[in-house]
Amino acid sequence: MGNVLLLAEHRQGALRDITFEMMAIAPKVAEDMGGEVTALLIGSGMDDMAKKLSEYGVKVQVIDDPVFENFNAEKYQKVLSALIDEKKPAVLMTGQTAQGVDFMPALAVEKKLPLVAEAVGLEYVDGTLKATRQMYSGKVSASVAFKPAETYLVTIREGAVEAPEPAAAGSVEKIDSPFKEDITYRKFVEYIEAEVGDVDITQSEILIAVGRGLKEDKNMPLIEELAQGIKADVAGSRAATDAGWIPHDRQVGTSGKTVKPKLYLAMGISGAFQHVAGMKGAKTVVAINKDPEAPIFAVADYAIVDDMFKVVPALQEKLKELKG
Amino acid sequence: MKTIVCIKYVPDTSEAEVKVNPDGKTVDNSRFSYDINDADNYAVEESVLIKEDKGGEVDVVSIGPKKSDVMIRMALAKGCDRAKRIEDERIADHDPLMVAKVLAGAIKSEEFDLIMTGCMANDDGHMSTGVALAEEVGVNHASMVKKVEVLDGKVKAHRELEGGLMEVVELELPAVLTIQTGINEPRYAPIRGIRQAQKKELSVAGLDDLSIDPAEVGAEASQVVLENLYIPEVESAAEFIEGEPEEKAEKLASILVKGGLV
Repeated sequence: MGNVLLLAEHRQGALRDITFEMMAIAPKVAEDMGGEVTALLIGSGMDDMAKKLSEYGVKVQVIDDPVFENFNAEKYQKVLSALIDEKKPAVLMTGQTAQGVDFMPALAVEKKLPLVAEAVGLEYVDGTLKATRQMYSGKVSASVAFKPAETYLVTIREGAVEAPEPAAAGSVEKIDSPFKEDITYRKFVEYIEAEVGDVDITQSEILIAVGRGLKEDKNMPLIEELAQGIKADVAGSRAATDAGWIPHDRQVGTSGKTVKPKLYLAMGISGAFQHVAGMKGAKTVVAINKDPEAPIFAVADYAIVDDMFKVVPALQEKLKELKG
Repeated sequence: MKTIVCIKYVPDTSEAEVKVNPDGKTVDNSRFSYDINDADNYAVEESVLIKEDKGGEVDVVSIGPKKSDVMIRMALAKGCDRAKRIEDERIADHDPLMVAKVLAGAIKSEEFDLIMTGCMANDDGHMSTGVALAEEVGVNHASMVKKVEVLDGKVKAHRELEGGLMEVVELELPAVLTIQTGINEPRYAPIRGIRQAQKKELSVAGLDDLSIDPAEVGAEASQVVLENLYIPEVESAAEFIEGEPEEKAEKLASILVKGGLV
Protein backbone atom coordinates (compact mmCIF):
# COMPACT_ATOMS: atom_id res chain seq x y z
CA MET A 1 0.00 0.00 0.00
CA GLY A 2 1.28 3.39 -0.93
CA ASN A 3 0.48 5.34 2.18
CA VAL A 4 1.75 8.84 2.82
CA LEU A 5 2.82 9.69 6.34
CA LEU A 6 2.66 13.45 6.70
CA LEU A 7 4.41 14.90 9.72
CA ALA A 8 2.47 17.97 10.81
CA GLU A 9 4.44 20.96 12.01
CA HIS A 10 3.33 23.14 14.87
CA ARG A 11 4.97 25.64 17.13
CA GLN A 12 3.92 27.19 20.43
CA GLY A 13 0.44 25.69 20.27
CA ALA A 14 -0.47 26.38 16.65
CA LEU A 15 -0.21 24.40 13.42
CA ARG A 16 2.09 26.07 10.92
CA ASP A 17 0.95 26.96 7.38
CA ILE A 18 3.23 24.36 5.79
CA THR A 19 1.13 21.64 7.40
CA PHE A 20 -1.96 22.75 5.48
CA GLU A 21 0.03 23.41 2.31
CA MET A 22 1.14 19.77 2.30
CA MET A 23 -2.55 18.85 2.21
CA ALA A 24 -2.51 20.18 -1.37
CA ILE A 25 0.11 17.59 -2.34
CA ALA A 26 -0.18 14.51 -0.14
CA PRO A 27 -3.73 13.26 -0.97
CA LYS A 28 -3.09 13.12 -4.74
CA VAL A 29 0.22 11.30 -4.32
CA ALA A 30 -1.36 8.83 -1.89
CA GLU A 31 -4.26 8.22 -4.26
CA ASP A 32 -1.95 7.63 -7.21
CA MET A 33 0.12 5.24 -5.12
CA GLY A 34 -2.97 3.36 -4.00
CA GLY A 35 -2.86 4.42 -0.37
CA GLU A 36 -4.09 7.04 2.01
CA VAL A 37 -2.74 9.94 4.03
CA THR A 38 -2.01 9.71 7.71
CA ALA A 39 -1.14 12.98 9.38
CA LEU A 40 1.11 12.55 12.39
CA LEU A 41 1.15 14.99 15.29
CA ILE A 42 3.98 14.72 17.76
CA GLY A 43 3.81 16.93 20.84
CA SER A 44 2.04 17.54 24.08
CA GLY A 45 -1.61 18.61 24.53
CA MET A 46 -2.75 18.89 20.91
CA ASP A 47 -6.47 18.07 20.89
CA ASP A 48 -7.48 21.25 19.04
CA MET A 49 -4.78 20.84 16.45
CA ALA A 50 -5.71 17.19 15.88
CA LYS A 51 -9.33 18.15 15.31
CA LYS A 52 -8.41 20.90 12.88
CA LEU A 53 -6.15 18.56 10.89
CA SER A 54 -8.80 15.87 10.70
CA GLU A 55 -11.07 18.33 8.88
CA TYR A 56 -8.92 17.72 5.81
CA GLY A 57 -10.39 14.25 5.50
CA VAL A 58 -7.31 12.44 6.72
CA LYS A 59 -6.56 9.99 9.45
CA VAL A 60 -4.76 11.87 12.22
CA GLN A 61 -2.52 9.94 14.57
CA VAL A 62 -1.35 11.67 17.71
CA ILE A 63 1.65 10.93 19.88
CA ASP A 64 0.90 12.99 22.95
CA ASP A 65 3.57 12.99 25.63
CA PRO A 66 5.13 15.79 27.74
CA VAL A 67 8.53 14.57 26.57
CA PHE A 68 7.67 16.13 23.18
CA GLU A 69 6.62 19.50 24.57
CA ASN A 70 9.33 21.19 22.51
CA PHE A 71 10.77 20.08 19.19
CA ASN A 72 13.92 18.00 19.49
CA ALA A 73 15.46 16.64 16.29
CA GLU A 74 16.92 13.58 18.02
CA LYS A 75 13.60 12.55 19.55
CA TYR A 76 11.73 13.10 16.30
CA GLN A 77 14.27 10.99 14.46
CA LYS A 78 13.82 8.14 16.93
CA VAL A 79 10.03 8.24 16.67
CA LEU A 80 10.01 8.39 12.88
CA SER A 81 12.65 5.69 12.56
CA ALA A 82 10.43 3.35 14.60
CA LEU A 83 7.29 4.33 12.68
CA ILE A 84 8.97 3.71 9.32
CA ASP A 85 9.79 0.18 10.48
CA GLU A 86 6.33 -0.40 11.87
CA LYS A 87 4.06 1.27 9.31
CA LYS A 88 6.23 1.07 6.21
CA PRO A 89 4.79 4.24 4.63
CA ALA A 90 5.58 4.69 0.94
CA VAL A 91 6.28 8.37 1.54
CA LEU A 92 7.29 10.33 4.63
CA MET A 93 6.64 13.99 4.00
CA THR A 94 7.29 17.09 6.07
CA GLY A 95 8.21 20.74 5.53
CA GLN A 96 11.59 22.12 4.54
CA THR A 97 11.54 24.24 7.65
CA ALA A 98 13.84 24.84 10.59
CA GLN A 99 12.25 21.66 11.95
CA GLY A 100 12.35 19.47 8.83
CA VAL A 101 15.92 20.31 7.86
CA ASP A 102 17.06 19.47 11.38
CA PHE A 103 16.26 15.75 11.23
CA MET A 104 15.20 14.51 7.78
CA PRO A 105 18.76 14.20 6.33
CA ALA A 106 19.91 12.31 9.44
CA LEU A 107 16.89 10.03 9.25
CA ALA A 108 17.62 9.32 5.57
CA VAL A 109 21.20 8.35 6.41
CA GLU A 110 20.13 6.20 9.37
CA LYS A 111 17.50 4.29 7.40
CA LYS A 112 19.50 4.25 4.13
CA LEU A 113 16.53 5.86 2.38
CA PRO A 114 16.45 8.47 -0.39
CA LEU A 115 15.67 12.10 0.38
CA VAL A 116 14.64 14.93 -1.88
CA ALA A 117 14.79 18.21 0.01
CA GLU A 118 12.65 21.24 -0.67
CA ALA A 119 10.37 19.88 -3.36
CA VAL A 120 7.88 22.36 -4.84
CA GLY A 121 5.97 19.56 -6.55
CA LEU A 122 5.63 15.80 -6.18
CA GLU A 123 3.92 13.27 -8.44
CA TYR A 124 3.76 9.54 -8.97
CA VAL A 125 4.13 8.75 -12.67
CA ASP A 126 4.29 5.24 -14.17
CA GLY A 127 5.54 3.70 -10.96
CA THR A 128 8.13 6.39 -10.25
CA LEU A 129 7.91 9.12 -7.65
CA LYS A 130 9.22 12.38 -9.07
CA ALA A 131 9.88 15.67 -7.36
CA THR A 132 10.40 19.13 -8.77
CA ARG A 133 12.75 21.43 -6.92
CA GLN A 134 14.63 24.63 -7.58
CA MET A 135 18.30 25.47 -7.72
CA TYR A 136 20.39 28.64 -8.10
CA SER A 137 17.90 30.70 -6.07
CA GLY A 138 15.01 29.77 -8.33
CA LYS A 139 16.74 30.38 -11.65
CA VAL A 140 16.81 26.67 -12.52
CA SER A 141 14.20 23.97 -11.95
CA ALA A 142 15.19 20.34 -11.52
CA SER A 143 13.18 17.20 -12.01
CA VAL A 144 14.42 14.52 -9.63
CA ALA A 145 13.30 10.88 -9.74
CA PHE A 146 13.47 8.51 -6.80
CA LYS A 147 14.91 5.06 -7.46
CA PRO A 148 12.62 2.35 -6.04
CA ALA A 149 12.80 2.29 -2.23
CA GLU A 150 10.73 1.07 0.73
CA THR A 151 10.05 4.61 1.85
CA TYR A 152 10.69 7.89 0.07
CA LEU A 153 11.61 10.89 2.22
CA VAL A 154 10.67 14.31 0.95
CA THR A 155 10.48 17.81 2.37
CA ILE A 156 8.21 20.45 0.85
CA ARG A 157 9.12 24.11 0.43
CA GLU A 158 7.08 26.54 2.53
CA GLY A 159 4.68 28.60 0.47
CA ALA A 160 5.20 26.53 -2.71
CA VAL A 161 1.51 25.70 -3.01
CA GLU A 162 -1.70 27.16 -1.64
CA ALA A 163 -3.33 25.32 1.22
CA PRO A 164 -6.68 23.82 0.22
CA GLU A 165 -9.94 24.39 2.09
CA PRO A 166 -10.91 21.72 4.63
CA ALA A 167 -12.47 18.81 2.73
CA ALA A 168 -14.25 16.20 4.80
CA ALA A 169 -14.36 14.78 8.28
CA GLY A 170 -11.46 12.50 9.10
CA SER A 171 -10.54 10.67 12.25
CA VAL A 172 -8.29 11.18 15.26
CA GLU A 173 -6.53 8.37 17.04
CA LYS A 174 -3.92 8.40 19.81
CA ILE A 175 -1.02 6.04 19.31
CA ASP A 176 1.72 4.89 21.65
CA SER A 177 5.05 6.59 21.51
CA PRO A 178 7.77 4.26 20.32
CA PHE A 179 10.21 6.50 22.16
CA LYS A 180 10.53 5.51 25.81
CA GLU A 181 13.62 6.96 27.42
CA ASP A 182 14.44 10.65 27.43
CA ILE A 183 17.78 11.74 26.04
CA THR A 184 20.40 14.01 27.59
CA TYR A 185 22.81 14.68 24.74
CA ARG A 186 20.57 17.29 23.14
CA LYS A 187 18.39 19.49 25.28
CA PHE A 188 15.92 22.22 24.46
CA VAL A 189 16.84 25.26 26.55
CA GLU A 190 14.48 28.07 25.58
CA TYR A 191 12.91 30.15 22.86
CA ILE A 192 14.16 33.69 22.42
CA GLU A 193 11.56 35.98 20.87
CA ALA A 194 12.50 38.44 18.16
CA GLU A 195 13.90 41.72 19.38
CA VAL A 196 11.59 44.68 19.01
CA GLY A 197 13.07 47.64 17.19
CA ASP A 198 12.03 51.27 16.78
CA VAL A 199 9.86 50.59 13.74
CA ASP A 200 7.40 47.72 13.34
CA ILE A 201 7.59 47.06 9.59
CA THR A 202 4.58 44.73 9.73
CA GLN A 203 2.48 47.87 10.27
CA SER A 204 4.16 50.07 7.63
CA GLU A 205 2.04 51.56 4.84
CA ILE A 206 4.98 52.11 2.50
CA LEU A 207 8.17 50.10 2.62
CA ILE A 208 11.40 50.51 0.71
CA ALA A 209 13.36 47.29 0.94
CA VAL A 210 16.99 46.99 -0.10
CA GLY A 211 19.00 43.91 -0.98
CA ARG A 212 22.45 42.84 -2.06
CA GLY A 213 22.29 45.37 -4.90
CA LEU A 214 22.85 48.20 -2.40
CA LYS A 215 26.50 47.07 -2.47
CA GLU A 216 27.75 49.18 0.44
CA ASP A 217 26.64 50.82 3.65
CA LYS A 218 27.59 54.22 2.28
CA ASN A 219 24.73 53.96 -0.23
CA MET A 220 22.13 53.90 2.55
CA PRO A 221 21.61 57.70 2.72
CA LEU A 222 20.30 57.62 -0.85
CA ILE A 223 17.59 55.19 0.21
CA GLU A 224 16.88 57.00 3.46
CA GLU A 225 16.34 60.29 1.64
CA LEU A 226 13.91 58.67 -0.76
CA ALA A 227 12.12 57.07 2.17
CA GLN A 228 11.84 60.40 3.96
CA GLY A 229 10.34 62.03 0.89
CA ILE A 230 7.48 59.53 0.62
CA LYS A 231 7.13 58.74 4.34
CA ALA A 232 8.28 55.17 3.87
CA ASP A 233 9.99 52.87 6.34
CA VAL A 234 13.16 51.09 5.26
CA ALA A 235 13.46 47.32 5.41
CA GLY A 236 15.76 44.77 3.82
CA SER A 237 16.40 41.28 2.55
CA ARG A 238 18.53 38.73 4.37
CA ALA A 239 21.61 39.92 2.45
CA ALA A 240 21.02 43.48 3.67
CA THR A 241 20.62 42.51 7.32
CA ASP A 242 23.55 40.06 7.21
CA ALA A 243 25.72 42.89 5.89
CA GLY A 244 24.58 45.12 8.74
CA TRP A 245 22.96 47.78 6.53
CA ILE A 246 19.54 47.14 8.03
CA PRO A 247 18.68 46.11 11.61
CA HIS A 248 17.64 42.47 12.00
CA ASP A 249 14.12 43.32 13.15
CA ARG A 250 13.55 44.90 9.73
CA GLN A 251 14.33 41.77 7.71
CA VAL A 252 11.53 40.72 5.38
CA GLY A 253 11.12 37.01 4.68
CA THR A 254 10.51 33.60 6.19
CA SER A 255 13.14 33.98 8.88
CA GLY A 256 12.17 37.63 9.41
CA LYS A 257 8.90 39.53 9.14
CA THR A 258 5.86 39.06 6.95
CA VAL A 259 4.74 42.45 5.70
CA LYS A 260 1.67 43.72 3.85
CA PRO A 261 2.18 47.39 3.03
CA LYS A 262 0.12 49.18 0.42
CA LEU A 263 3.35 49.94 -1.49
CA TYR A 264 6.54 47.86 -1.48
CA LEU A 265 9.57 49.14 -3.35
CA ALA A 266 12.18 46.39 -3.78
CA MET A 267 15.58 47.86 -4.62
CA GLY A 268 18.38 45.57 -5.71
CA ILE A 269 16.57 42.54 -4.31
CA SER A 270 16.79 39.37 -6.41
CA GLY A 271 13.68 37.89 -4.83
CA ALA A 272 14.69 34.53 -3.41
CA PHE A 273 11.54 32.66 -2.40
CA GLN A 274 12.36 33.15 1.29
CA HIS A 275 12.10 36.89 0.72
CA VAL A 276 9.05 36.75 -1.52
CA ALA A 277 7.20 34.67 1.08
CA GLY A 278 7.46 37.65 3.42
CA MET A 279 6.22 40.36 1.04
CA LYS A 280 3.81 38.81 -1.43
CA GLY A 281 0.93 40.22 0.62
CA ALA A 282 1.93 43.75 -0.39
CA LYS A 283 -0.75 45.52 -2.40
CA THR A 284 1.49 47.10 -5.02
CA VAL A 285 5.05 45.97 -5.65
CA VAL A 286 7.66 47.98 -7.54
CA ALA A 287 10.94 46.21 -8.28
CA ILE A 288 14.14 47.80 -9.49
CA ASN A 289 16.93 45.38 -10.34
CA LYS A 290 19.57 45.34 -13.05
CA ASP A 291 19.24 41.57 -13.56
CA PRO A 292 16.32 41.00 -15.97
CA GLU A 293 16.16 37.37 -14.76
CA ALA A 294 15.64 38.33 -11.11
CA PRO A 295 12.74 36.31 -9.64
CA ILE A 296 11.45 39.44 -7.88
CA PHE A 297 9.92 40.55 -11.19
CA ALA A 298 7.51 37.60 -11.03
CA VAL A 299 5.72 39.23 -8.10
CA ALA A 300 6.12 42.85 -9.19
CA ASP A 301 3.36 45.10 -10.52
CA TYR A 302 5.83 47.62 -11.91
CA ALA A 303 9.31 46.60 -12.96
CA ILE A 304 12.42 48.56 -13.87
CA VAL A 305 15.42 46.70 -15.20
CA ASP A 306 18.26 49.10 -14.49
CA ASP A 307 20.93 50.21 -12.09
CA MET A 308 19.17 51.41 -8.95
CA PHE A 309 21.85 54.06 -8.42
CA LYS A 310 20.86 55.70 -11.70
CA VAL A 311 17.11 55.45 -11.12
CA VAL A 312 16.72 56.32 -7.46
CA PRO A 313 18.18 59.87 -7.49
CA ALA A 314 16.04 60.74 -10.52
CA LEU A 315 13.00 59.15 -8.92
CA GLN A 316 13.46 61.23 -5.81
CA GLU A 317 13.74 64.36 -7.90
CA LYS A 318 10.61 63.63 -9.94
CA LEU A 319 8.58 62.72 -6.87
CA LYS A 320 9.55 66.00 -5.29
CA GLU A 321 8.41 67.89 -8.41
CA LEU A 322 5.10 66.07 -8.66
CA LYS A 323 4.21 66.17 -5.01
CA GLY A 324 5.43 69.74 -4.61
CA MET B 1 39.14 22.88 20.58
CA LYS B 2 39.59 21.15 17.31
CA THR B 3 37.16 22.28 14.61
CA ILE B 4 36.73 20.96 11.12
CA VAL B 5 35.06 23.38 8.73
CA CYS B 6 33.58 22.06 5.49
CA ILE B 7 33.33 24.56 2.64
CA LYS B 8 32.07 24.56 -0.92
CA TYR B 9 33.18 26.43 -4.03
CA VAL B 10 30.08 27.78 -5.78
CA PRO B 11 29.28 29.90 -8.83
CA ASP B 12 27.95 33.40 -8.29
CA THR B 13 24.71 33.47 -10.24
CA SER B 14 23.07 36.30 -8.31
CA GLU B 15 23.10 38.75 -11.21
CA ALA B 16 23.71 36.41 -14.12
CA GLU B 17 21.59 34.55 -16.59
CA VAL B 18 21.78 30.81 -15.98
CA LYS B 19 21.78 28.43 -18.94
CA VAL B 20 21.32 24.69 -18.96
CA ASN B 21 23.81 22.65 -21.02
CA PRO B 22 22.48 20.56 -23.95
CA ASP B 23 22.77 17.42 -21.78
CA GLY B 24 19.87 18.84 -19.74
CA LYS B 25 21.57 17.73 -16.54
CA THR B 26 24.17 20.38 -15.88
CA VAL B 27 24.34 24.15 -15.82
CA ASP B 28 26.73 26.07 -18.06
CA ASN B 29 29.03 27.42 -15.36
CA SER B 30 31.75 28.63 -17.70
CA ARG B 31 30.89 32.33 -17.46
CA PHE B 32 30.46 32.56 -13.71
CA SER B 33 32.93 33.69 -11.15
CA TYR B 34 33.32 31.24 -8.27
CA ASP B 35 33.90 31.78 -4.60
CA ILE B 36 33.19 30.31 -1.20
CA ASN B 37 29.53 29.57 -0.52
CA ASP B 38 27.97 32.41 1.52
CA ALA B 39 27.03 30.41 4.61
CA ASP B 40 30.36 28.52 4.56
CA ASN B 41 32.17 31.86 4.72
CA TYR B 42 30.39 32.53 8.01
CA ALA B 43 31.29 29.02 9.21
CA VAL B 44 34.98 29.71 8.53
CA GLU B 45 34.77 32.96 10.50
CA GLU B 46 32.99 31.25 13.41
CA SER B 47 35.60 28.50 13.55
CA VAL B 48 38.42 31.06 13.62
CA LEU B 49 36.63 33.11 16.31
CA ILE B 50 36.32 29.98 18.48
CA LYS B 51 39.99 29.16 17.93
CA GLU B 52 40.96 32.71 18.94
CA ASP B 53 38.80 32.47 22.05
CA LYS B 54 39.47 28.91 23.21
CA GLY B 55 42.71 27.94 21.46
CA GLY B 56 43.09 24.86 19.32
CA GLU B 57 43.06 24.47 15.61
CA VAL B 58 40.85 24.47 12.55
CA ASP B 59 41.02 22.06 9.61
CA VAL B 60 39.37 22.84 6.30
CA VAL B 61 37.78 20.12 4.18
CA SER B 62 36.35 20.78 0.73
CA ILE B 63 35.25 18.75 -2.25
CA GLY B 64 36.10 20.57 -5.44
CA PRO B 65 38.37 21.21 -8.40
CA LYS B 66 41.95 22.49 -8.43
CA LYS B 67 40.81 26.05 -9.05
CA SER B 68 39.07 26.06 -5.66
CA ASP B 69 42.52 26.08 -4.02
CA VAL B 70 42.26 29.88 -4.18
CA MET B 71 39.23 29.74 -1.87
CA ILE B 72 40.90 27.24 0.44
CA ARG B 73 44.07 29.37 0.70
CA MET B 74 41.85 32.31 1.65
CA ALA B 75 40.37 30.29 4.56
CA LEU B 76 43.91 29.40 5.63
CA ALA B 77 44.86 33.08 5.41
CA LYS B 78 42.02 33.95 7.77
CA GLY B 79 43.38 31.61 10.42
CA CYS B 80 42.53 28.02 9.57
CA ASP B 81 45.52 25.72 10.04
CA ARG B 82 45.52 23.09 7.33
CA ALA B 83 43.28 21.88 4.55
CA LYS B 84 42.28 18.81 2.62
CA ARG B 85 40.74 19.04 -0.81
CA ILE B 86 38.91 16.04 -2.20
CA GLU B 87 38.66 15.71 -5.93
CA ASP B 88 37.12 12.72 -7.65
CA GLU B 89 34.73 12.78 -10.55
CA ARG B 90 33.05 9.57 -9.39
CA ILE B 91 31.27 11.37 -6.52
CA ALA B 92 27.52 11.79 -7.15
CA ASP B 93 27.56 15.39 -6.01
CA HIS B 94 23.91 16.05 -6.95
CA ASP B 95 22.95 14.03 -3.86
CA PRO B 96 23.87 15.63 -0.52
CA LEU B 97 23.71 12.21 1.15
CA MET B 98 26.58 11.05 -1.06
CA VAL B 99 28.52 14.24 -0.39
CA ALA B 100 28.06 13.72 3.36
CA LYS B 101 29.40 10.18 3.03
CA VAL B 102 32.54 11.44 1.28
CA LEU B 103 33.11 14.15 3.88
CA ALA B 104 32.63 11.59 6.65
CA GLY B 105 35.16 9.31 4.96
CA ALA B 106 37.66 12.15 4.76
CA ILE B 107 37.42 13.07 8.44
CA LYS B 108 36.82 9.66 10.01
CA SER B 109 40.36 9.31 11.33
CA GLU B 110 40.39 12.80 12.82
CA GLU B 111 39.65 13.73 16.42
CA PHE B 112 37.42 16.77 16.63
CA ASP B 113 35.16 18.74 18.95
CA LEU B 114 33.15 20.58 16.33
CA ILE B 115 32.38 20.29 12.67
CA MET B 116 30.94 23.43 11.12
CA THR B 117 29.57 24.04 7.68
CA GLY B 118 27.13 26.46 6.06
CA CYS B 119 23.47 25.57 6.50
CA MET B 120 22.73 25.98 2.81
CA ALA B 121 24.61 26.01 -0.49
CA ASN B 122 23.90 28.91 -2.87
CA ASP B 123 23.75 26.60 -5.88
CA ASP B 124 21.68 23.50 -5.09
CA GLY B 125 20.24 24.60 -1.75
CA HIS B 126 19.29 21.27 -0.17
CA MET B 127 20.22 22.28 3.39
CA SER B 128 20.98 18.61 3.97
CA THR B 129 24.72 17.92 3.89
CA GLY B 130 25.65 19.01 7.42
CA VAL B 131 22.85 17.15 9.19
CA ALA B 132 23.51 14.02 7.09
CA LEU B 133 27.21 14.31 7.94
CA ALA B 134 26.40 14.34 11.67
CA GLU B 135 24.58 11.04 11.29
CA GLU B 136 27.39 9.57 9.20
CA VAL B 137 30.01 10.34 11.85
CA GLY B 138 27.60 9.54 14.70
CA VAL B 139 27.58 12.83 16.61
CA ASN B 140 25.07 15.45 17.76
CA HIS B 141 24.02 18.29 15.54
CA ALA B 142 22.06 21.52 15.32
CA SER B 143 21.15 23.24 12.07
CA MET B 144 20.64 26.88 11.04
CA VAL B 145 22.74 28.17 13.90
CA LYS B 146 23.03 31.92 14.42
CA LYS B 147 24.92 32.02 17.72
CA VAL B 148 27.40 29.59 19.26
CA GLU B 149 28.43 29.46 22.92
CA VAL B 150 31.14 26.90 23.66
CA LEU B 151 30.88 25.58 27.22
CA ASP B 152 32.77 22.84 29.04
CA GLY B 153 32.17 19.70 26.98
CA LYS B 154 29.00 21.24 25.56
CA VAL B 155 27.85 23.84 23.12
CA LYS B 156 24.82 26.08 23.22
CA ALA B 157 23.49 26.70 19.75
CA HIS B 158 20.90 29.32 18.89
CA ARG B 159 18.87 28.01 15.96
CA GLU B 160 17.09 30.48 13.71
CA LEU B 161 13.45 29.50 13.34
CA GLU B 162 10.83 31.63 11.63
CA GLY B 163 9.72 35.21 12.18
CA GLY B 164 12.82 36.11 14.15
CA LEU B 165 12.23 33.40 16.77
CA MET B 166 15.32 31.58 18.09
CA GLU B 167 15.49 28.13 19.63
CA VAL B 168 18.35 27.55 22.03
CA VAL B 169 19.57 23.96 22.31
CA GLU B 170 22.40 22.46 24.33
CA LEU B 171 24.47 19.71 22.75
CA GLU B 172 27.15 17.47 24.17
CA LEU B 173 30.37 17.66 22.15
CA PRO B 174 31.49 16.54 19.66
CA ALA B 175 28.84 18.01 17.40
CA VAL B 176 28.08 19.28 13.92
CA LEU B 177 26.70 22.81 13.58
CA THR B 178 25.31 24.11 10.32
CA ILE B 179 25.86 27.86 10.31
CA GLN B 180 23.37 30.46 9.11
CA THR B 181 24.51 33.66 7.39
CA GLY B 182 24.68 36.75 9.57
CA ILE B 183 26.08 34.92 12.64
CA ASN B 184 29.23 37.09 12.57
CA GLU B 185 31.10 39.52 10.35
CA PRO B 186 33.47 37.56 8.14
CA ARG B 187 36.89 39.21 8.16
CA TYR B 188 39.06 40.05 5.21
CA ALA B 189 42.23 38.00 5.08
CA PRO B 190 45.15 40.04 6.43
CA ILE B 191 48.18 40.42 4.16
CA ARG B 192 50.36 38.58 6.66
CA GLY B 193 47.84 35.74 6.74
CA ILE B 194 47.86 35.50 2.97
CA ARG B 195 51.64 35.07 3.02
CA GLN B 196 51.47 32.48 5.80
CA ALA B 197 48.71 30.58 4.01
CA GLN B 198 51.09 29.68 1.19
CA LYS B 199 53.16 27.64 3.66
CA LYS B 200 50.23 25.84 5.28
CA GLU B 201 49.42 22.24 4.42
CA LEU B 202 46.88 21.72 1.63
CA SER B 203 46.63 18.07 0.72
CA VAL B 204 44.64 16.69 -2.18
CA ALA B 205 43.00 13.28 -2.09
CA GLY B 206 40.81 11.10 -4.27
CA LEU B 207 38.39 8.46 -3.09
CA ASP B 208 41.07 5.75 -3.30
CA ASP B 209 43.46 7.76 -1.10
CA LEU B 210 40.70 8.04 1.50
CA SER B 211 39.78 4.34 1.26
CA ILE B 212 36.25 5.30 0.25
CA ASP B 213 34.58 2.76 -1.99
CA PRO B 214 33.46 4.67 -5.13
CA ALA B 215 30.53 2.26 -5.42
CA GLU B 216 29.15 3.70 -2.16
CA VAL B 217 29.23 7.36 -3.14
CA GLY B 218 28.67 7.30 -6.89
CA ALA B 219 25.66 7.60 -9.15
CA GLU B 220 24.84 3.92 -8.63
CA ALA B 221 24.74 4.33 -4.86
CA SER B 222 22.63 7.46 -4.93
CA GLN B 223 18.93 6.69 -4.64
CA VAL B 224 17.90 9.79 -6.55
CA VAL B 225 18.38 10.60 -10.22
CA LEU B 226 18.66 14.13 -11.52
CA GLU B 227 16.50 13.69 -14.60
CA ASN B 228 16.64 17.11 -16.12
CA LEU B 229 17.23 20.75 -15.47
CA TYR B 230 15.29 23.51 -17.12
CA ILE B 231 14.78 27.23 -16.87
CA PRO B 232 11.39 27.87 -15.26
CA GLU B 233 9.05 30.15 -17.11
CA VAL B 234 8.68 33.27 -15.07
CA GLU B 235 5.14 34.45 -15.34
CA SER B 236 5.39 38.11 -14.69
CA ALA B 237 2.31 40.26 -14.84
CA ALA B 238 4.47 43.29 -14.20
CA GLU B 239 4.39 46.37 -16.34
CA PHE B 240 8.00 46.85 -17.43
CA ILE B 241 8.85 50.52 -17.52
CA GLU B 242 11.21 51.26 -20.40
CA GLY B 243 13.54 54.06 -21.39
CA GLU B 244 16.66 55.75 -20.13
CA PRO B 245 17.10 55.70 -16.33
CA GLU B 246 15.72 59.27 -16.06
CA GLU B 247 12.66 58.44 -18.17
CA LYS B 248 12.00 55.31 -16.17
CA ALA B 249 12.18 57.30 -12.95
CA GLU B 250 9.83 59.93 -14.33
CA LYS B 251 7.27 57.37 -15.49
CA LEU B 252 7.42 55.53 -12.17
CA ALA B 253 7.07 58.76 -10.19
CA SER B 254 4.00 59.63 -12.22
CA ILE B 255 2.46 56.17 -11.69
CA LEU B 256 3.06 56.38 -7.95
CA VAL B 257 1.66 59.88 -7.56
CA LYS B 258 -1.29 59.54 -9.92
CA GLY B 259 -2.19 56.15 -8.47
CA GLY B 260 -2.27 57.68 -5.01
CA LEU B 261 0.39 55.24 -3.88
CA VAL B 262 2.60 57.87 -2.30
